[in-house]
Amino acid sequence: MNYYDIIFYLFAAVTLLSALMVVTNRNIVHSAFYLLFTFFGVAGLYVLLAADFIAIVQLIVYVGGILILLLFGVMLTNKITNVEIKTGTINLVPAVIGIGLFAGALLASVINAPWKINIAEKTFPTTKILGTLLIQEYLLIFELLGIILLIALIGAASIARK
Amino acid sequence: MIYDFFYNLTGSVIISGTVVALLPLFAFILPFALFAVLLERKVAGHMQDRLGPMRVGYHGILQTVADIIKLIQKEDIIAKDNDKLFFNIAPVLTFAGSYAAFAVIPFSSIFLGADIDLGIFYVIAVTGLVVAGILMAGWASNNKYSLLGAMRSAAQIVSYEIPTILIVLSIVMLTGTMSLYDLSENQTAYFWNWNIFGGPNLDIQKFLLIPFMLIGFIIIYISTLAEVNRTPFDIPEAESELVSGYHTEYSGMKFAMFFLAEYANMFAVSAILVILFFGGYQSPLGYLGNTLNIPWLIPIEQFFWFIFKGIFFVFVQMWLRWTLPRLRVDQLMTASWKYLIPIAFVNLLIIGVISLI
Repeated sequence: MNYYDIIFYLFAAVTLLSALMVVTNRNIVHSAFYLLFTFFGVAGLYVLLAADFIAIVQLIVYVGGILILLLFGVMLTNKITNVEIKTGTINLVPAVIGIGLFAGALLASVINAPWKINIAEKTFPTTKILGTLLIQEYLLIFELLGIILLIALIGAASIARK
Repeated sequence: MIYDFFYNLTGSVIISGTVVALLPLFAFILPFALFAVLLERKVAGHMQDRLGPMRVGYHGILQTVADIIKLIQKEDIIAKDNDKLFFNIAPVLTFAGSYAAFAVIPFSSIFLGADIDLGIFYVIAVTGLVVAGILMAGWASNNKYSLLGAMRSAAQIVSYEIPTILIVLSIVMLTGTMSLYDLSENQTAYFWNWNIFGGPNLDIQKFLLIPFMLIGFIIIYISTLAEVNRTPFDIPEAESELVSGYHTEYSGMKFAMFFLAEYANMFAVSAILVILFFGGYQSPLGYLGNTLNIPWLIPIEQFFWFIFKGIFFVFVQMWLRWTLPRLRVDQLMTASWKYLIPIAFVNLLIIGVISLI
């Protein structure tokens, strides 16, 4: 067990524990704040996989953007912190079937996936490679994604104006 | 690099890593905060025709030391209805966010925590933690002034991040690198090679770039000023409206953490400006070490110049604080969305066209 293993388990523990807290917590603002640690842990895992660009994009998009928006939404919504989140058990049989199927699919993909077991020995910057790929091979998809985001933006603005 | 030096000295990955990680804090941020708080009070005093702190030590130079001792002794008050867990995490998170930026800032060509390829992008990303910490502090305080201050602060930081990123993007586009070390190394000695004067290549492009670099610098200075919540953009902690914003409920060392984070942030944004536009750690007038043929003197000179330029911009921030009145919320948002972002965008396009020449 070397240092990278310890760091990996640390980040994995942060991610899993905070994700558990997000789901089980009854206070919605607490859930949103725990999500911060989940995103942060995932970013750390990306760094260990030598995906430097993805790790920082994870931080900038999820922590700097989505989480802050989420918190704003939660905090600006009137009396949302007083809402009691109801937890109970209904429709036991269909739920068990659905969850069982989903868990089976997840488990199958976990077992069958070709996992990278060793930490990358030699890391190199990935930004340039990603940029070249996006602009040359996946240009159409890249631009289409941009248009989809633009549509969402215009839609949000037009709903807000009403 | 400094990590290799400590690794050769101690032979342990853990010890050398810890030392390198803590070095900016103990060698720089804590002394800087002590100095900057005193400087701020002295600047404020002299601008208002007062003397500032005078009692502790010669002309009050030990005032901040006395203040720190007072803060350590203070009782740590947590009100009954505060959200205990997040109330305690928030100051740490805020400080961690601003301290994380120092990991990639090159203080001199050898004093650099990590030379990562995505330096400037990383700095922009980790400042997101500061916003989350501020929101957490405001919400956990369970106090309307704190919450309002936190919301204003987060809205302001998020809006002013856009012009900052646009200007950073134009520099990255021009130089083709995001590493803060490479950005500093490119602008080699003598001040006319700095990016504000069009970069190190002497051709037509350099002279065309100068006015647009100046515009870019002014925009990024204004927006970083707003990102660290300084006057004229200090509505998050407007004393006359909100007591003191998101840290109203904090006392003792937790308050000190916010204070430290604020001063660390002030230096971090000044350092980023220096690296982007003013040559980073490069000396403006050539190195004494080269003239006298003493190679080990060069990194020390670089360290001096970096600190000097950084503190100069921190001083300008203080100067503006005691000169300008505070903006209203609507004026603040107008300034960002209607003026800074369009100008920054056009500036980006023009710099792009020039860099194609």
